[in-house]
Amino acid sequence: MKLQTRPALPKCSVADKPMSDDLRAAPARWLGLRRFAGEPLLLAIVALAAVALFVVPLGAVGRLALFSTGGGVDAFWAAISSRSVQRALWNSLESAALAAALAVLLGGGLGLLIGLTDLRGRVALSFAILMLLMIPPHVTAIAWMQMLGPSSVLLHALGAAPPPGTTNPLYSREGVIALLALQQVPIVYLTLRAALRAFPRDLAEAARVNGAGPWLLMRRVILPVMGPAFLAGYALAFVSALGNFGVPALLGIPGRYVTLPVLMWQRLASSGPSVLADLAVLATLIATVALVAVWAQMRLSRTWSVALIGPAQQPLRLGLGRARPFVEAGLWALLALLVLSPMLAMLATALVPTYGVPLGPDTVTLRHFHEVIFTQAVTARAFANSAGLALAAGVGVAGLALAIGALLRGPLGTGMRGVTMLAEIAYAVPGLVISIAFIIAFIKPLPGLGISLYGTHAIILGAYLSAFLAVGLKPVGVAFAALDPALQEAARVSGAGFWRRLRRIDMPLIAPAAASGAVLVMLTAWNEVTLSSILWTRGTETLGTVIFNYENGGYSTLASAMSIISVLATLALMLLLHRLGRNLPPGLIPWRG
Amino acid sequence: MSITLSNISRRYGASRAVDGLSATIPTGCFFTVLGPSGCGKSTLLRMIAGLEPLDEGSIALQGRMVAGPGLHLPPEARGVGVVFQSYALWPHMDVLGNVAFPIEAAGASRAAARAKAARHLQSVDLEGFAERRPADLSGGQRQRVALARCLAAQARIVLMDEPLANLDPHLRAAMEEEMTAFHARAGATTLFITHDQREAMALSDLVAVMRAGRFEQIASPQELHDSPANAFVAGFIGRGVVLDAEVTATASGRATLRLSNDLHIEARAGNAKLGPAQVLLRPGDLRLDPSGVSGRVLACAYRGDHWEAHVQADRLAKPLILKVPQRALPRETLRLAVSGGWVLAQD
Repeated sequence: MKLQTRPALPKCSVADKPMSDDLRAAPARWLGLRRFAGEPLLLAIVALAAVALFVVPLGAVGRLALFSTGGGVDAFWAAISSRSVQRALWNSLESAALAAALAVLLGGGLGLLIGLTDLRGRVALSFAILMLLMIPPHVTAIAWMQMLGPSSVLLHALGAAPPPGTTNPLYSREGVIALLALQQVPIVYLTLRAALRAFPRDLAEAARVNGAGPWLLMRRVILPVMGPAFLAGYALAFVSALGNFGVPALLGIPGRYVTLPVLMWQRLASSGPSVLADLAVLATLIATVALVAVWAQMRLSRTWSVALIGPAQQPLRLGLGRARPFVEAGLWALLALLVLSPMLAMLATALVPTYGVPLGPDTVTLRHFHEVIFTQAVTARAFANSAGLALAAGVGVAGLALAIGALLRGPLGTGMRGVTMLAEIAYAVPGLVISIAFIIAFIKPLPGLGISLYGTHAIILGAYLSAFLAVGLKPVGVAFAALDPALQEAARVSGAGFWRRLRRIDMPLIAPAAASGAVLVMLTAWNEVTLSSILWTRGTETLGTVIFNYENGGYSTLASAMSIISVLATLALMLLLHRLGRNLPPGLIPWRG
Repeated sequence: MSITLSNISRRYGASRAVDGLSATIPTGCFFTVLGPSGCGKSTLLRMIAGLEPLDEGSIALQGRMVAGPGLHLPPEARGVGVVFQSYALWPHMDVLGNVAFPIEAAGASRAAARAKAARHLQSVDLEGFAERRPADLSGGQRQRVALARCLAAQARIVLMDEPLANLDPHLRAAMEEEMTAFHARAGATTLFITHDQREAMALSDLVAVMRAGRFEQIASPQELHDSPANAFVAGFIGRGVVLDAEVTATASGRATLRLSNDLHIEARAGNAKLGPAQVLLRPGDLRLDPSGVSGRVLACAYRGDHWEAHVQADRLAKPLILKVPQRALPRETLRLAVSGGWVLAQD
């Protein structure tokens, strides 16, 4: 191709005079050390955190299970051939598979009903459904035990209470599965709602125009397109139920239905750290099951999924007609039964002087609340520890997520994708695996410092950061992806360096998402028991462990009082999140949008 | 400042977005890169700004190398201004904060930067909008804030990535005038990216027509229209039809050709040689003539101040496009004569 560069117009042919005073920055500055003070410095910090939070602990479990003396194939074979491990593994698989199936039925039904019809009060309904997830498993277990046990106020009022002295019907395989299922309902519900939000409305309208009634539309268009979402919901519910500790520990131990996480906890509680090699084998086993489930889901949904063409639109709103008030009333009644009544049963237990005494105007007392707040040192310490740890975990995760999000976009993004994958893995494996990993990695004194992290708050905080980073990473990742890259580029061409861009452009724009991620992490950390059940020592008790130990030790009234306080704090955090969500894109706050 | 591009390339996998491109854009020039979507024009802009690395070649601004083998000066050190297609105004800052940011990035305190930026806001007639958020402005106002931000950066090179594409058609004409005024006031070398030939023609000192990562021709708008370098440029700019012909005689700047219907015509030419050639016939090269060749009207459309007829003459490969004073009906027969043309460069 021959270029025809003609003599240009006079204005363009002005002789180029050197204008060195225009050069705002000399290249030398970019060739010196300053170059490493921007992105590479932050990358080094994040990489260091990733090594400490993921690589060292998970690597330590793997090394102990696979390569230590007494580890390897023989150890796995020995573990598998033990009767108790076989039974626990089977119980884990059975309970998780059945609970996830029940959760898909209930959560999927709720998701379709609320996501596709013209029901009123969708946000409030979602909020109530999310309570099932936000109330921690051990508290849920305690509440249902109070509601269905021999001294249940509710059952007494109905005249259907089991006679005193009989075993609680929840202390059984069915009880464990039912409560596990209840906890996973919101997970399936959220997955489905998110998928329905991405469902183009005109697909449904095209079916209607072509003569399909609501049922044909559901059967031939919506359900097939939602297939991968149901599958994803099932896999998430399965993995979450598999790692659950609170429900099988409180219901399964008395019911002689021991799952693998409970077996691991029992072994550590009875024998101490001498069984760590043994536990590493079991941890690797259950982590493998969880990761295989996630992997299979990803594979399957890739073959199943149909690419949706077109942008998300206003969601479909099928009219329920005259049935609407009845459906609404039915839904609220169901949620009152599933969420509110167990809480009221637990409140009733917290208000009576001793367990078993019926609640009445002459028996009601606030003694237990007084005791857990003012009298007992251990409960006060637990409240303080959990609040501090939750706050630190929330802030830490938000900071890390912000750094990872900012780096993901830059030239160093490939390395960061590795970190996000590690975070996803740490989130997917059962919590007990993470806590065992942290014990194995950090029980020995840190090299060079000579102090061990075991028994300090730091080890619990580390486990929180490791297990919950994915929780905070998600909203921040979504917010970064929604950001016009030109905003960042405009700052670059305006002469702003990496840290100035981070401080003045990224941080203000991502702050709402990072804050909601932080609150989600705080909620999770405030409510967890799985991680700290193994990591706590005297002085580092958490809310979850103290409630759990009180209930296990027979102090149901104190456990109930603490649970009530913790649920109120959870509600307060959720309302805070609700307010934060006003300035956020839809979908970031689970129950909004 | 001048921009010198030496043999620059950018690959995405196997495809080349920018393919061995060289050009010099003189100081103070309003230089437009015109091309269909996907031709690599935005990639070219991003390479000059430093937002995209080079795979080959080098870029120098006012003789200072900013990108080349082993060298990639980051955008923040290049001192070029960019007006983005989306304007990229920071939604969390007010209008004045947006304009003040480059001054702040150069080291001024926030308060001092805001004080200095007020002057630039004034020069785009937005001094009353300093405290507004970008979301509260109209499209044209956002555009002007983006221009003010470039002024505040004191950039001697301004790159504009289809800045008028997001405006309502009736606003565009007004903004085109503002662009010209902005360029005259700032005196900065301006590289303007567009796919709209009307915009390119109206604004530019020089236009580069780009296709598949290469410049097909760099010329002034009028030259581009009257003397396109090849069939692609001829088809991309203006109206007209390119026909195969045979050059039968040449003179300086002119040639005589025989069309496929044995009609002999006189056309302008660069340096034509005898033999097969292609000739471009614009509507202005054709007129109605009762003694001319006859052709059948295929279609006729109103173009504002005239009617444009597509006429198929016997033994010509393609229908001709000409202006007619009133509507011609399909299948009607017209007689027309060729009064000029442009011989495209032969291989």
